[in-house]
Amino acid sequence: MSTIEYSSWAVDLAEVGPVYPLQGWEVLMVILGVVFWLGWHVIQHRRETKELQQQVKDYSKQSASHNIEQY
Amino acid sequence: MDGNLNAITTIFTEFYYWVTVVIMFLIHVGFCLYEVAASRRRNYMHTLMKNIMIIPLVTVTFFFFGWWIYWAFPDFPLFGGLNLEAGAANTPWSENMSTHLGDRITGVFWAAFLLFSWTAASIVSGSVIERIRSSAFWVHAVLIGSVFWIIDAAWGWHAEGWMVKYLGYHDAYASGVIHAIAGGYALGILTVLGPRLGKFAADGTPRDIPPHNPWLVAIGLFLIYTGFWGFYAACNVPIISPEAIGGLITGDTWTATNIYLGPTTLSAITFNFLMALSGGLMAAYIVSNGDPFWTFSGGLAGIIAASAGNDLYHPVQAMLVAAAGVWVAYKMHFWVERKFKIDDAVGAVAVHGYSGFFGVVIAGFLLWGAPSSPFEGFATINPFGQFLGAVIMFFVLGFIPAVVVAKIQAAMGVLRVPVEAELEGLDFEARIKYEQAVNEITAVNKSMLEK
Repeated sequence: MSTIEYSSWAVDLAEVGPVYPLQGWEVLMVILGVVFWLGWHVIQHRRETKELQQQVKDYSKQSASHNIEQY
Repeated sequence: MDGNLNAITTIFTEFYYWVTVVIMFLIHVGFCLYEVAASRRRNYMHTLMKNIMIIPLVTVTFFFFGWWIYWAFPDFPLFGGLNLEAGAANTPWSENMSTHLGDRITGVFWAAFLLFSWTAASIVSGSVIERIRSSAFWVHAVLIGSVFWIIDAAWGWHAEGWMVKYLGYHDAYASGVIHAIAGGYALGILTVLGPRLGKFAADGTPRDIPPHNPWLVAIGLFLIYTGFWGFYAACNVPIISPEAIGGLITGDTWTATNIYLGPTTLSAITFNFLMALSGGLMAAYIVSNGDPFWTFSGGLAGIIAASAGNDLYHPVQAMLVAAAGVWVAYKMHFWVERKFKIDDAVGAVAVHGYSGFFGVVIAGFLLWGAPSSPFEGFATINPFGQFLGAVIMFFVLGFIPAVVVAKIQAAMGVLRVPVEAELEGLDFEARIKYEQAVNEITAVNKSMLEK
């Protein structure tokens, strides 16, 4: 049993094609990948919005002045 | 991979592109250093993160759909349908886009194009620092890196692209297909995003906002020069026989070719790269009165201006085209800045956009009548085709989509950070965590001294 369809390299390499696990499930793997990508954008956007709202709430001129002077 | 010659050619080509990818990584390192150096201290971690995350986001989307666009869009939509046959092997679910012992080239070829994608997004990144929301920028990074630039590549940087066939479009080292489009895209976002706070006086006079670390700016630019060598090599097919090309070339002489499979040599592009770099540096030094930022950027702008025709130019032509391109870019930058109140923090629109546009147009005159392709029936290179091509790159696929998307983001209130955050700095959250950690560990260590 092998997840890549070969359990020995006693083969003619000219006849070997793909050697990754889960062959035949490529479309599902791509769907999972796209969900991961889009989900990342959603999570990042929500966190960034929350952080910026918090920063506006906690804003102080002294802090801003200190940071500006540091250039 | 049967036969020794075939095996050597395959392995050499595979390794050749792989090496170019590694060298091109320096372009991204250079852009990161340059951007961080140009930003102010209160923003540099935000600036760095904004650019670094281009790498994963453009990579995965270029895998999901960018690479397929290149193969399916050469005629689409104006001169035919999608080329689904050519696209099939380049879909993300294709066996060829994986660990496949019968396909030794798709991965490295994909990666060479991917590095161009990072570059396109990274060019835009620098111009919008210190006020764009990262989430908004990363949407633009995906669009320019995995959609718009690769559409223009399918049209004008593909052996069978419609712009090459019907316009005679020629852009061997991507003056237009990378630089003009990225510059145009950056300008589109900047038009909607607006300038950094304090950039313009009440009467509209622009103020200089110097980099917080000029040395790092220089190092960043020098790394971009270095990575650009890899970019030039990656734009070529390293060695191919006339039989494999299958065009009009006769005889048995193997050659390097440009992306259109037209003959050139590594020797030629080495001459022209270095002469264009020199012409750009010299012209920028003169036109900017020795300003370091513009002089170093001018070296890059010079290469970009000459790149469209650097497979065929004489080295002195490359030098003079570079010098003229730098002059145009420098003058245009300050004119646009004053006239339209555009705050391009790193001069990316000028260095990439204006010099790239100029480079595509001037190649139409210098290479007028030269073959754009080794195949029969293709239009020859001409000024009209090059001008129209430059407009398509800069405006149609660059400026206009950027304006549309940025306007939608602005209308939703997700394009720009709040004024308070811009004043206080975008590293606010990271800085608080840093200071808390420093205070805690300092207190703990001090308490140990008392025991």
